[in-house]
Formats: sequence, structure tokens, C-alpha cells
Amino acid sequence: MVERPQKEYQPMDSSPSLSSVLPSAARDDGTGNEVPLSIYDLTVAYHRKPVIWDVGFDLPAGQLIGIVGPNGAGKSTLLKAAMDLIPSASGRVRVFGDSYRANRHRVGYVPQRESVDWQFPVSALDVVAMGLYDEIGWCRPVRRRHRDRARLALQHVGIGELADRQISQLSGGQQQRTFLARALVQDADLYLMDEPFAAVDAATERAIVDILRDLKKRGKTAAVIHHDLQTVPEYFDYVVLLNMRVVAHGPVETTFTSENLQKTYGGRLTLLDEVTEAMRRRESSL
Amino acid sequence: MMENSIHLLEQVSLFPSAIRWSWAFNGWILVIGSLAAVASALLGNFLVLRKMSMLGDAITHAVLPGIAVAFLISQSRTSPLMFLGAVIVGVLTALFTEWIRGAGGVDEGASMGVVFTSLFALGLVILVQAADAVDLDPNCVLYGSIELTPLDTVAIGDWDVPRAALMLAGVTLLNALFVGLFFKELRLTSFDPALATTMGISAKSMHYVLMVLVSITAVACFESVGSILVVAMFVVPAAAAYMLTDRLGVMILISVILAVASAVLGHLMALTVPTWFGYRSTTTSGMIAVAAGGLFLFAAALGPRHGVLVKWARRQILSLQILCDDIVAFLFRGEEAERPHPTTEHLASELFASRWSMKLAQIILRWGGELGGGSEALELTEAGRERGRRLVRSHRLWEQYLVDQAGRDTEQIHDKAERFEHFTDRSLRDELARETDGPELDPHGSPIPDEN
Repeated sequence: MVERPQKEYQPMDSSPSLSSVLPSAARDDGTGNEVPLSIYDLTVAYHRKPVIWDVGFDLPAGQLIGIVGPNGAGKSTLLKAAMDLIPSASGRVRVFGDSYRANRHRVGYVPQRESVDWQFPVSALDVVAMGLYDEIGWCRPVRRRHRDRARLALQHVGIGELADRQISQLSGGQQQRTFLARALVQDADLYLMDEPFAAVDAATERAIVDILRDLKKRGKTAAVIHHDLQTVPEYFDYVVLLNMRVVAHGPVETTFTSENLQKTYGGRLTLLDEVTEAMRRRESSL
Repeated sequence: MMENSIHLLEQVSLFPSAIRWSWAFNGWILVIGSLAAVASALLGNFLVLRKMSMLGDAITHAVLPGIAVAFLISQSRTSPLMFLGAVIVGVLTALFTEWIRGAGGVDEGASMGVVFTSLFALGLVILVQAADAVDLDPNCVLYGSIELTPLDTVAIGDWDVPRAALMLAGVTLLNALFVGLFFKELRLTSFDPALATTMGISAKSMHYVLMVLVSITAVACFESVGSILVVAMFVVPAAAAYMLTDRLGVMILISVILAVASAVLGHLMALTVPTWFGYRSTTTSGMIAVAAGGLFLFAAALGPRHGVLVKWARRQILSLQILCDDIVAFLFRGEEAERPHPTTEHLASELFASRWSMKLAQIILRWGGELGGGSEALELTEAGRERGRRLVRSHRLWEQYLVDQAGRDTEQIHDKAERFEHFTDRSLRDELARETDGPELDPHGSPIPDEN
């Protein structure tokens, strides 16, 4: 594996004092760990209509974080704005204490599965190797050693034998695993995943959970947009409840309460009882 | 120069019925046509994959005012100013389209329709107004005049090389370098622009570089094939290649081969086809587009992944296979119940099979040594009996499984099992037997044959 030089934190020339003044600019969480993702006062608008509004939180390092909220709450927008994919109207994002651009090597992104055309003429292996393009560099070809690493990542997610299939010949779960493998070869420290559990089979769901836990064991942080409230307490350590604003964020035990969920989902929540049941199950198993 | 060339062309067409082939003349047309087609097809792959074929169409039309203005300023058709004008208008087209779509909430097709028709019309107006004053024929710009290009030559050493060939060779080289060097970046930005951008490969920049090259290529081609037909060269070979493969590198290679083929075929067809009907030879650029369309039809019919014929053949083979299975299983059940050997007609009516497919299936089964007896009393050979046993075992195990594990009623299971039995192999049968605890009778009470 390639050792990457750790970037020293240097305040940008344009705003030298900003980071020392603002409360959320913290570079570590007091335990010596860098804050993987620190967001302060982030507002994103489409056509002057805000999608997320004054969003701010620091994500704890080395944990599995669920980002939860109703449809249209701005969850995908939040991830995209954090990576400069869409412009933000105001606010600031720090990734490991620096701008996203400076630390993008340390971030792995898993987009929504529907965001790409699966008829595209590439194999699963080709897609996974895309995770290495940044490392390979401009205008250089993908070499055997890169393909070997991609193959290994596919084996790691349990579909090594499908490496040479054209991607439309994979099932939905296998496509999702391909995307995960592509993020894994990046060997990032922070993973941002947009609904990896959406419409996958039970076996894939278990495989993804195993991968997430493995990431955590290796000290990585993963922020995952998640829809199934019942499994939140089981899968995640920390939760960000989002509905245009951050309703609450914190450890699952204290934050993922029916009261907070009520605030996040308004009156639309019918699964509440089931969730509290799931909570009780988890508490009793601890 | 121009007068000279027209004079020459008249000489060529003095003999309308005879095809006059000269390598010095027709050979250059082949080279120029092929270069134009290859230069366009290289980029066309990415237009097709990014679902931007129509933007390619829009740009190739919209560069017209850029060309016209550059022409008015420089008074020359060879000026690099033309490329500059085209690139500026080409990029503006892409920008305007994006802007109207974003700001106006108009869908992409409509916003392109607004932008490129306006610009194209503006270009036409300028051209027609300027046509009297300058030596640029609007017809040439629209339809191309590949037949004239070999006559406008530049001397390189002892060689007289057509200017168009030099220019198109340059553009082809440029596009080949672009696709070759940035293959990986093009693949990623086309497949997953969001991920590309997060990795520092700006999808937006790639998009505009592609648009710049499309504009340059359109200008280089317009003299030969005209601004209306150049879009056929961008899109058709690439779309045909897409039908034939599922690997990007192979797709680009095939599109280049198809591009050359359509250029060569197009020129040959332009010379020969009209003479069959007693006309003079027709325009090559038009025939190149027609040839490309023909090649696309072939690809659409024969492509392994999306090909219509291949899909049809695959369906026929599968249904024939299933009919063979059904015949064998029917005979096996008949032996089990000790019914007399059936005739061909009886079998056909039992299995709802047409006479032809029945005949074909019997030929296949006899050839495989699984069917014996005359057509009045069909019987299984030992190999056929073995196949029948496997099928009936699969069928009855499935019925047992569906009742046991999926909780289906006994009435509903037959049809499902009838379908599943054709796709059940040894390992799946073993799995089924395990899951159902190796029963001896199926839910209807028929014995489940043993695996041999």
C-alpha cells in the first residue's frame, strides 16, 4: 500500500483567523483524533429555495454514522455539498481539518446506484479500478497491478468471480457491491455513502454491514445515508437526524429517540412503534 | 483554382453512364471520407455514451455563424480563424443549452432546439448575404463537396496532397491523441461524473474540452460532408459499435472500422447505385450517411447483446430445447403409466406443438440418440430414458418444494414446476432433495425417480 503524506493543517490565506474563531472549526475532538468531517452553517439552495439550511455538526472519528431523514430532507445534497459537487450558498466544510480539495485522497464516495447508466460498456473490474484513477494519475493507463487490486476488492465484497461481467449483467445487490469495492480500493479514511442499502437483497445487506464493521475495525469513519429506521440502532454508532436542518446528532443511544424522530419526520412517521421496539431489543442485548 | 476545379469536374461527368475510377482522384476521396468519418466517430463514442448525440447535432449546426463570420473577416476558406470562430460558437451552444435548461426550467431537447436553430439560421442569413460578395457556396457548406476536395491541393515535396486531407489528418490525429491519452478520464467522466469530480477529474471541464473538439471536427468536416450530414458521422458508427460489444475499448475500435467502411462503401455506392437506374453518380457525402445507416441496421439485427435477430434466434433455440424436454418427459411418463407408445400426431396435439417444430425436435432427439421407434410408435432409448428421469425428478421435486417450503396449494404448483424443470441441473436437484428431506412421492402421489 502506498503511504500518503499526511497533510499539515494550514489555514487558507484568505481567511487566516476564521478557523480559530469559529466554534466548529475544531480539528480534533479532544481525544487526539482528527475530526473526519466538520460542517459549519452549511446552506445549499436550488433556484433560491434552500434544500439544506444552516447545517452543522462534527462527525466522530472511527465510527459508523447513519444520516437519517425523510425524503427530500437534503441528505444527498449534504454529502454532495461536503465534497464540493454542488455549490453551497454559505457555510464551510472541513475534511480532516482542511478543505475537501486538499484532503480528497482521504475520502471515498459511494454514489446512489441509480445515478449511473448500468448499460455502460464496462466490466465490474473496470468500475472498481475507477477507484484508483486518482492514484494512477492523469493520462496514465490502468496497469496489471491496479487490476489485481481491483480484483482483490471484488473478492473482498464477495463477487470476485463476476469481475469480467458487463455491469448490466449484475443484479442490483451485485452492482451495489461493485460500487462498494470501488470505494474500498481507494483506501480512504472517511467514506460517504449514499443509500448503499437501497433495494438490495438480504445477503448483500449483511455483506455491506460486515464491510462497514470491518472498516470501523480498521479505524475508518463511514457516514451512510440510511432509510430503514428499524436497523439504525443495529448498524450505526452515531446518528445525524436531518430534515433540511439538523434536528439532532449524537450517539445512537441518546439521540435516536422517538421524540427526536417525531421532530425529524413530523407526523408522517408510522414506524415509530417498531423503532422503539428495535431500540428496546438492542438495549436488552447489550 | 476554383474555376479550374469546376472545369475538371465537368470533364469527369461528361460520361455519365461510365464509372471512371482514378486512384489519384477517387483514392483521395476515399482517404478524405475515411479521415472525416474516423475523426468524428472517435468523439462520437463519447457523445453516444453520454447521451449527448443531440448536443453534437446542435453544435455541428450551430458552428455555421462562427464559420461565416470568420470567413467574412478573413476572406479565405483556409484561415485558422474559421476554427476559432467555430470553437467559440460551439462552446457557446453548449453553454446556452445548459443555461436555458437550468434557468428556464426547459427540458434539454427544447433548449437545444432553441439555441441551435437560432444560431444555424443566423449563419445561413450571413452566408446568403455574403454569397454574392465572397467565394463561398452555401450549398457546399450545407451538403459538402467531397468530390471537389481532391482538386484543391497543397504541394508537399513532390506530392500534391489535397488540403482537406491534410486538415482532416491533423484533426484525426488530435482526436486520436485525446481519446488515447485521456481514455481513462473520459471513461470515468462519462460513466460517473460525480465520482470523477470528487477525484479531481472535473466532469465539467472534460465536457467542454469534448465540445471544443466536436466543434473543431465539425469545421474540418463541413467542407467535405457538409454541416447537415456530419452528425451522422459522429453518431451512427458509434451507435452501431455500441450494439456490437460491451467493452469501451472494443467499441471505439469497432466504431473506427465502421467509419472507414461507411466512407468506402458510401463512395462506391455513390458511383454505382444511381447508374443501375440510369442516373449519373450521386453525392458521396450523402451516400456515406446512407451506408453508415445500413451498417447500423446490420449491427442492430446481429449485435450479440441487443441484436434483434440474435435475440430471436436465441428464443427459438430455447423453445426448441424446451419442446425436446417435453417430448422426453411425456414419453417417460407414458412408460411409467405403461401407456402404448404414442404417434407423432398424438404427441404434437398433447404438447400443443406445430408440425414443423415437432419434426425439428424429433430430428434433434434422434440425432442425439435419445429417441427411437417409428413415427407411429415413438419410444425412448436408454439415453432418452435417462434424460426423462432427470426431468421428471426435477419436476416432482419442485412440486414438493413449492408445497413444503413456499406454502403453495397443490393445484397451483404444476405450472411453476413445468417451467422450472427445464432450468434445473444436478446440483440444484440435490439441493431440492435436501431441502425437502428426500421424499419418495410428490404432492400428487407420483413417485419421484431416483438420481442415477
